[in-house]
Amino acid sequence: MDKKGLSVMQPVLVAKKLSKKYGKVVALDSADLELYPGEVLGVIGDNGAGKSTLIKVLCGAVIPDSGEILLDGNKVTFTSPIEARKLGIETVYQNLALSPALSITDNMFLGREIRQKGFMGSFLKFLDKKAMADEARKRLSDLGLLTIQNINQLVETLSGGQRQGVAVARATSFGTKVVIMDEPTAALGVKESRRVLELIGEVRSRGIPIILISHNMPHVFEVADRIHIHRLGTRLCVIDPKKHEMSDAVAYMTGAKQPPQD
Amino acid sequence: MNKVSDDISKDLKDQPKFTTDIGEKDQDHHSFDLGEQTTLKKIQHFLHGNPTIVPVIILILSVIAFGFIAGGKFFSAFNLSLIVQQVTIVGILAAAQTLIILTAGIDLSVAAMMVLASVFMGKLSVEMGVPTLPAIAVGFISGIATGAFNGLLVTRLRLPPFIVTLGTWNIFFALVIFFTGSQSIRSSDIEVNAPLLHFWGERINLGGFVFTYGAFLMIGIFVFLWFLLNKTAWGRHVYAIGDDKEAAELSGIRTDRMLVSIYAVAGLVVAIGAWVSIGRVGSVSPTSFYEGNLDSITAVVIGGTSLFGGRGTIIGSLFGALIVGVFSSGLSIAGLDVLWQRFALGCLIIVAVGIDQWIRKVSA
Ligand SMILES: Nc1ncnc2c1ncn2[C@@H]1O[C@H](COP(=O)(O)OP(=O)(O)O)[C@@H](O)[C@H]1O
Ligand SMILES: [Mg+2]
Repeated sequence: MDKKGLSVMQPVLVAKKLSKKYGKVVALDSADLELYPGEVLGVIGDNGAGKSTLIKVLCGAVIPDSGEILLDGNKVTFTSPIEARKLGIETVYQNLALSPALSITDNMFLGREIRQKGFMGSFLKFLDKKAMADEARKRLSDLGLLTIQNINQLVETLSGGQRQGVAVARATSFGTKVVIMDEPTAALGVKESRRVLELIGEVRSRGIPIILISHNMPHVFEVADRIHIHRLGTRLCVIDPKKHEMSDAVAYMTGAKQPPQD
Repeated sequence: MNKVSDDISKDLKDQPKFTTDIGEKDQDHHSFDLGEQTTLKKIQHFLHGNPTIVPVIILILSVIAFGFIAGGKFFSAFNLSLIVQQVTIVGILAAAQTLIILTAGIDLSVAAMMVLASVFMGKLSVEMGVPTLPAIAVGFISGIATGAFNGLLVTRLRLPPFIVTLGTWNIFFALVIFFTGSQSIRSSDIEVNAPLLHFWGERINLGGFVFTYGAFLMIGIFVFLWFLLNKTAWGRHVYAIGDDKEAAELSGIRTDRMLVSIYAVAGLVVAIGAWVSIGRVGSVSPTSFYEGNLDSITAVVIGGTSLFGGRGTIIGSLFGALIVGVFSSGLSIAGLDVLWQRFALGCLIIVAVGIDQWIRKVSA
């Protein structure tokens, strides 16, 4: 999509002048971000640039010291990830945030379990395990994660890639507005990384915009529509991956080269 | 009841699912791995998926062993039912303790909470003329409040549960002494003024086996908690918090609120234990159950629940309590001194924690 198209569209998610300090460490320094409908926004930056902090603010896991967040043009404030989730913002955290000792189904529905109908559910609060298992199976196979046979398998028995798949499936099946992924391929092998990149494509094709944080330049350049370069706690610039080389991006990111002035 | 126990045994059988029931295609996929595994590794994996198996095996072996050592006297209906009676209170405390340990916490104050609740029940009904049921209700409220107090300290002050409950153990104990002036409430006074407090101590004879109502209540508590832990979202969240608290929070669980509710539920269970304990002991004694804190932890640990949280079953703690009872009974019938009973129990704890550590390495 071209620049003109973007400027007439209203962004789904906007961050304005977000700041966050940890003691004396400035993790975010008046950082901005815009995410437009249907796009994959890559976020790159050096270690410690504040990428994880930025997305944790966007998904309610960290409360900023100042700044604001707009969702569909409306100001929102999150005091916990639950509130962001309720508004349709789902996150795949860098450490996945899965409970290894629980099953795939339990993990997919953690915090939003389906209860049985009628007395058993409303009074005794019994879970509808069958409905959850069916739903989880459907969502995983929708994403092409057919290697998982038993939906009640414990997450700790899964391979790294399968776990990533569960985390991505959880985020994408509930994320109705925005899906955020922090280093989703960092722990994965070549094949598993490919699978995650395909998943990103599938989510985008459903019209849900994605924020993808990654260290892996080829991955970001492959799937991102725009690339947000983060440096020293703030946005340095946004580049079009079709018009810039990877080596340029790395140079901007590390401060070796001045960013383009547009 | 039958349906329930069926369901539980089905659940115990169901657990090996991911090792045996993985589906044909996946067998293929994993066959290479399996071929490389040693028998020991297989056992390790199996135990990892079935944490309750270890206490069941220990219980069966110890019953057989004590049958040989202590002879027929051990197997008498009288003795076996005595064991069940003796583990009733520790069993109920262990049920409460399991909830806390599953969250990767520990509660050193359960027995003090229980005695405090029983003091409220006894004082109000026997000495202050309050009708027995309201007095019992006050005891329950005391249990919930003291439990929630622990939970609030753990979540608000971010102190380790060990330290919090070490503190509250002393505080609750001091309150007990304050309210009672170190005086026991005598059994005969309870019998006259509030016989309902003795209800759970009533016995029934089932073909030579003598059970107190309290023993049935203990089983009922375990069954109830089993349902709570396995069939409700609340129960799943207990495991999730113990497994990885940060992940649970990021998954949308209000972990602090949950923890307070878990400590409060444990407090309620403890307060039920308080009522049962009056029936069991007869009197309300401020210095009773001094070892109940550690005994409950022992039962939970021997029952296969991991001190690191997130792993274990409530039924395992029932077996753990029974193992402790079988050991004490068997060793004393065999004529061993109390000191050797404690010695054996100590060894059992270390073995249980050692096995847990070994099993946990599977996921590493
Ligand atoms: N919870 C925290 N407590 C203290 N400092 C933190 C915390 N989280 C992040 N930081 C600091 O904030 C800075 C930005 O970190 P982060 O957002 O994780 O960067 P990135 O994800 O880009 O590597 C780093 O200097 C990091 O050490
Ligand atoms: Mg990071």
